[in-house]
Amino acid sequence: MSAGTLRIALVGNPNCGKTALFNQLTGGRQKVANYAGVTVERKEGRFTAPSGRVLQLLDLPGTYSFDAASPDERITRDVLEGNYPGEAPPDLIVCVADATNLRLHLRFVLEVQRLGRPVVLALNMMDAARRRGIAIDVAELSRRLGMPVVETVAVRRDGVRALVAQVDGEVPAAAPAQPDDAASRADLHDQVRALLAATVVMPRATDARDDALDRWALHPVFGLAILAAVMFLVFQAVYSVGKPMTDAIADGFDWLGAHVAAWMPDGPLRSLVTDGLFGGLGTVLGFLPEILVLFFFILTLEESGYLPRAAFLLDRLMVSVGLTGRSFIPLLSSFACAIPGIMGTRSITDPRDRLATILVAPLMTCSARLPVYALLIGAFIPTRRVLGVFNLQGVVLFALYAAGIAGAMAVGWVMKRLRRDRSEHALLMELPSYRLPKPRDVAIGLWERGMVFLKRLTGVILALTVLMWFISTFPSPPAGATAPAIEYSIAGYMGRALQHIFAPLGFNWQISLSLIPAFAARETAVAALATVYAVGGDADAGGLGHALAANFPLASALSLLVWFAFAPQCMSTLAVIRRETDSWRNVAISFGYMFALAYAASFVTYHLAAWLA
Amino acid sequence: MRLTELPKGASAVVERVEDAHADDAIAQRLRDLGFVAGEPVRLVARGPLGADPLLIQIGSTRFALRRAEAARVRVRAQEAA
Repeated sequence: MSAGTLRIALVGNPNCGKTALFNQLTGGRQKVANYAGVTVERKEGRFTAPSGRVLQLLDLPGTYSFDAASPDERITRDVLEGNYPGEAPPDLIVCVADATNLRLHLRFVLEVQRLGRPVVLALNMMDAARRRGIAIDVAELSRRLGMPVVETVAVRRDGVRALVAQVDGEVPAAAPAQPDDAASRADLHDQVRALLAATVVMPRATDARDDALDRWALHPVFGLAILAAVMFLVFQAVYSVGKPMTDAIADGFDWLGAHVAAWMPDGPLRSLVTDGLFGGLGTVLGFLPEILVLFFFILTLEESGYLPRAAFLLDRLMVSVGLTGRSFIPLLSSFACAIPGIMGTRSITDPRDRLATILVAPLMTCSARLPVYALLIGAFIPTRRVLGVFNLQGVVLFALYAAGIAGAMAVGWVMKRLRRDRSEHALLMELPSYRLPKPRDVAIGLWERGMVFLKRLTGVILALTVLMWFISTFPSPPAGATAPAIEYSIAGYMGRALQHIFAPLGFNWQISLSLIPAFAARETAVAALATVYAVGGDADAGGLGHALAANFPLASALSLLVWFAFAPQCMSTLAVIRRETDSWRNVAISFGYMFALAYAASFVTYHLAAWLA
Repeated sequence: MRLTELPKGASAVVERVEDAHADDAIAQRLRDLGFVAGEPVRLVARGPLGADPLLIQIGSTRFALRRAEAARVRVRAQEAA
């Protein structure tokens, strides 16, 4: 029995606990990739059965039926039928069903059986079923279905023993394949009813606990208040836990760079290592703690079943601006950083809604913009009381955040009007039972997302950071030069060239120049301005503020603030859009519309402010 | 009547799902999810804005349906059990 590898495909409805089962069986030994050309995840893992046979497990996307035309359901069907190019047909299908929700899940089991391949049914969440007093005659269910049925509790280590023993034995015989048409499809519901009547006794259709929680969580007033409180807590955590770690990482790399530099001779190589390599790595890795903290909460909320509730509460609002309730969490994440926000759009199943969310996400004011806002507001906006209670500086900062949100809503609304596909895209969202999140599943989810970030982005960002270093270092200033070195570099020339484009916005060549490194990471604009105005580092923000206030008018400063509110986001964001949508066209659309929006808004701001002044 | 006309907390039995247009994928999806003749449903909650979307209990499952989606479902009212 130990010869060869047995290929097993795991399928089931969404929320059947399939992923928890997959994690329990394979542990951390899994490979995550995308199916070619689509953003459907392909998860594969393997484990060794007691017999010594290696079992290869493929986790297919959650599916309600084979009928719908969504990409993941098509892929699921093709893989199961052995029609997916480059994917060997599975030797055995393990169909996972939630034992507390058999009315819905058994129908899909029957649909899978009709493919005519060997199937084993795993009745998952048997612990919850017993708690609710649901009695299932497993032997009778197995006899009537004509397939082996095993009970599982995916969240417990010993909860998968029966399943492992089953798949490690003989592969069961397959039922004959049956044609798939509307008439036989309608029959499936009658078959499910007959099966349930004969094998399942259910004291109550729903979990009393869920009913009680939902009375509060979905209440028109309390529900929104709870949502606001949850979001407030998440943000507090991102800033109070993630931010210090981010700063520590950046400081650590600076320290490392300085120490390595001490061992190297002065020259361009040393500059590359300290400023380019370590500075760049510090910036890139600095994103990681905030991303992980944010994803920790998103995964926890997702596992607990709260996320679809939030989507329920906000769906109407989001639909009115061309998005969906499911866009809410990714957009909220984007206030910390657009990168986890865009990665978080994976929870949006509809491709069109997902793309719309990805395109507007960078308009949310990310935390990297704060240093720039702080510098300019501190230098140009007086600390005056407005209406007796508000600080004018605070009002301006709030206005910049509000401008981002209003911009996103306007862009979403315009996109809704412009797109060719006007068809109705459904919500049809299941609100699963509340569950206590399992640390193991959250940890595996965090690990996967962290690795995606590091593997796919580090290379791109690092290369661009080094490029940025190169153009702001070479050519070196001529002997006896008095101006800062950056003025003689390629970046200096580019800054002066860019000024032709940005002059109508009131930007001088120094500001134009600082926009180049700002494209790598927004906060570096502060350091760049400090370099060109030859004042100390950003530690001396007060000095830099004075230098700025002396060198350009208020109208230019306001225009620059507005520019940063809408400008094409940093290249890390563009890289993640490229990765998540698998399309350079979307990168171009994103860059293009934000450039146009920022340019127009800054233009109006500059001329309005100059005219008023 | 339509599922959208059901008062909050009320139960009904599904009569049929109507196609809003030819080859209506959303209607087919509703049928696949269990909205078929004779199936009892209950309107559990409504969204805070414009009473949209609707939370519908069918079997042991709860689905959030936008009003346009729920309007496809024809139901027969049932006495409160």
